[in-house]
Amino acid sequence: MSMRKLIPAAAVLFCANGAWAEGPGLGQALSAEEIPWYASYAMPDGRGLPEGGGTAAVGAGIYDGKCAACHGATGVEGPVTPPVGPNDIWAKPAGRYWPYATTLFDYIRRAMPIDAPKSLTNDEAYALAAFILYRNGVIGEAEAMNAQTLPAVVMPNRDNFTDVWAKQGATPW
Amino acid sequence: MTHSSFNPTALDYVAGGGLMNRRSLLRAAAIGGGATFAGLTIPKGARADPLIPDWVKVAGARARGYGMPAEQEADVQRAIIEPYKEVAPSFSISGTPHQKLRGTITPSGLHYELHHGGRPDVDPDQHRLMIHGLVDRPLKFDLDSLGRYPMVTETHFLECAGNSLFNAIMPEPMQAGCDVLHGLLSNSEWTGIPMSVLLDEAGVKPEGRWVVAVGNDGPSLARSIPIEKLMDDAILALYQNGERVRPEQGYPMRLLVPGFEGNMNVKWLTSLWATDAPAHTKDESGEYTELLADGTSVEFTFGMGVKSIITHPSSTMTMTGNGFYEISGLAWSGAGPIRKVEISADGGASWAEAELVQPVLSRATTRFRLPWHWEGAPTLLMSRAEDLTGAVQPTRSDWKARYDPSNFLHNNAIQAWQITAEGMVQNVYA
Ligand code: HEC
Repeated sequence: MSMRKLIPAAAVLFCANGAWAEGPGLGQALSAEEIPWYASYAMPDGRGLPEGGGTAAVGAGIYDGKCAACHGATGVEGPVTPPVGPNDIWAKPAGRYWPYATTLFDYIRRAMPIDAPKSLTNDEAYALAAFILYRNGVIGEAEAMNAQTLPAVVMPNRDNFTDVWAKQGATPW
Repeated sequence: MTHSSFNPTALDYVAGGGLMNRRSLLRAAAIGGGATFAGLTIPKGARADPLIPDWVKVAGARARGYGMPAEQEADVQRAIIEPYKEVAPSFSISGTPHQKLRGTITPSGLHYELHHGGRPDVDPDQHRLMIHGLVDRPLKFDLDSLGRYPMVTETHFLECAGNSLFNAIMPEPMQAGCDVLHGLLSNSEWTGIPMSVLLDEAGVKPEGRWVVAVGNDGPSLARSIPIEKLMDDAILALYQNGERVRPEQGYPMRLLVPGFEGNMNVKWLTSLWATDAPAHTKDESGEYTELLADGTSVEFTFGMGVKSIITHPSSTMTMTGNGFYEISGLAWSGAGPIRKVEISADGGASWAEAELVQPVLSRATTRFRLPWHWEGAPTLLMSRAEDLTGAVQPTRSDWKARYDPSNFLHNNAIQAWQITAEGMVQNVYA
C-alpha cells in the first residue's frame, strides 16, 4: 500500500552490512543507568513502582501546601480538574474514575505540581495518592500506599470501561 | 460591491437555498460574455487619471532572512484560551483561525496547540530519543544521527480529541469564530523517519505489544500506543512544512500517528518504552476517555471520526450583499480519504455534492467548494462529510445521544451556520 512497505526490500539490496536492513544503524547502545525514571511508567500490576510509602494523614498536609491552590482546599473545589468527586466541574475525578491507582502515583510524581514537576519525593507522591484515594472513600485514612498496596487497590470504576482498540482497532467509536 | 448584473436565471441550481452546479460558474461566464461576471463591471468611457500609488515610485525594501506575513495581516492569530489562567497559565489551548485561511496547509505558526504544561525550552544538543523496554538492543539517538536516516514526507491533519468542545457541551450555541469553535484541527506536511525503521533497529521483542511514548516536557506527557500502529504508518517527524518542527509542535522531534487523536502525537518525543500492555497513563485513564450515556466509559478511542466544517462563510462573518459566493470548507477523517462532502443551504431539506479540491489525501484535510447564489433570505448552511469507509458525520443530536452530557471529546457532529436576513453568520444547533 504505502511506499514504506517497499523500503525494506530495497534497503536489503543496497545495505552492505545488512545488520539494520532499513536504516544506517546509527543508534548507540543505551545503558540502564542512562534512562530517567520518567521514561517508563508504573504499570497497573505494580511493576516499576519504587521504594517508599505514605498515608492519607501525611498526604493531607502536603496537599494543603502544594496542591490546594489549583485543585481546591478539599480536592473538590478546583478550579483545575478536582481529583475528588465527581462534580459539576469535573465528571472524571482521578481518585475515583481512573481504573488503576498506580497511575495516581506515577502522574503526581512526574507532573505535579505543574509549576514544579518532579520536585516531590517518592514518599510524598505515595502520601498524596493515598490522600486522594482516601478523600474519594476508596481507602482508609491510615492505610499506607506503597509498591505492594497501591496496585492492590480496587478502583470503583475499573470494570466500567470498554477498550475500543481491543474491540474495533482504530475504527472511530 | 454590487452583484446586480449577475443573472441567476442563467444558472442551474442543484439544491435548495441557491446551491449551484459545481461547473455553473464557467457557464455563467460564457453566457455573460465575460463583460459582466459575478458583479464585476468594466466601466466604459471613464477618463479620469488613474491613481498611481507611492510604492511604484520608490525602491522596494531590502531582503530579509525570514519572511513574515504582511503587516496588515497581523490580526491573523491563533485564538488562545487559558482555562486556568489565574493559577496555571501553562495549560493552554490555541485554535487555528480557519475563518481567515484558505487552502489546506496550516501555516506552521498558526498550527493549533494544546499544552498540558506549557512549551518547554528543549536543547537540541542534549535531546536524545531512547528506545528501551522489551527490545533486543536498547538504543539512543541524537539529532545529528537521525538526520542521516531515510525520510518520508506526508501531509496529515492533527485534531485534538477536545476540538469543537463548546458545541458539545454549551447549552446555547456560543457565538465565536471557527478558531474558537473548531480551531483544534490543523494540517501540515510532515517529514521524518518511519518509526518502523527505528523500532526495527532496536528489535522489539514479540511480547512488546505496546509502546509508551514520553515527551521531554515538564509533565513528561506519556501515552501508550499499540505497536501495530507504530510499525504501520507512524513517523518520527523532524520537519513541518519544510522547516524544523517548531517549539510549539515538539522541537526537535515529535511522534506522528496519522489519524489518531492529537494527544497521542507526543511532542518533544524522548522515549519509546516497549511493554507487554498499556500503562494506563493519566491521559488514557481520565482526560481522554469518554463517558457514555449509560454511565460506562470508552477508553483507547484512538481514531478521529469523519468531520467537516464550512469555513467560508462561517460564524462571526458578515455577508457582503446578496449574489454569488463560493462556499468553502475543510473535511477530514482519521479512517482514510474523504469520499464526498454534501452541502445544504436549506437546513438539511436538500443536499448537493461539493467539489473536492485535489489532491484528496488520506488522513489529511480536503478542501471542498461549491458555488452558491445567496438570495438575501435567512437560511441554514451545513456540510456533511463521508469517508472511504462509508462513515458519515452524525447530526448533533444523534452524537449527543450517545454520550453523557458532560462529554466534550470526539465531537464530529454536523455544524450548522445560520445566515440572517441582515447577512450575519451565526453558530446554531440543528
Ligand atoms: C499551579 C497549579 C497546580 C498545582 C499547584 C497542582 N496541580 Fe495538579 N494539575 C494542574 C493542571 C493544570 C492539571 C491538568 C493537566 C492536564 O490536563 O494535563 C493538573 C492535573 C492533576 C491531576 C490529574 C487530574 C485529572 O483528572 O486528569 C492530578 C491527580 C493532580 N493534578 C494532582 C496534583 C497534586 C497531588 C498536586 C500537589 C502536589 C497538584 N496536582 C498541584 C495544576 C496544578
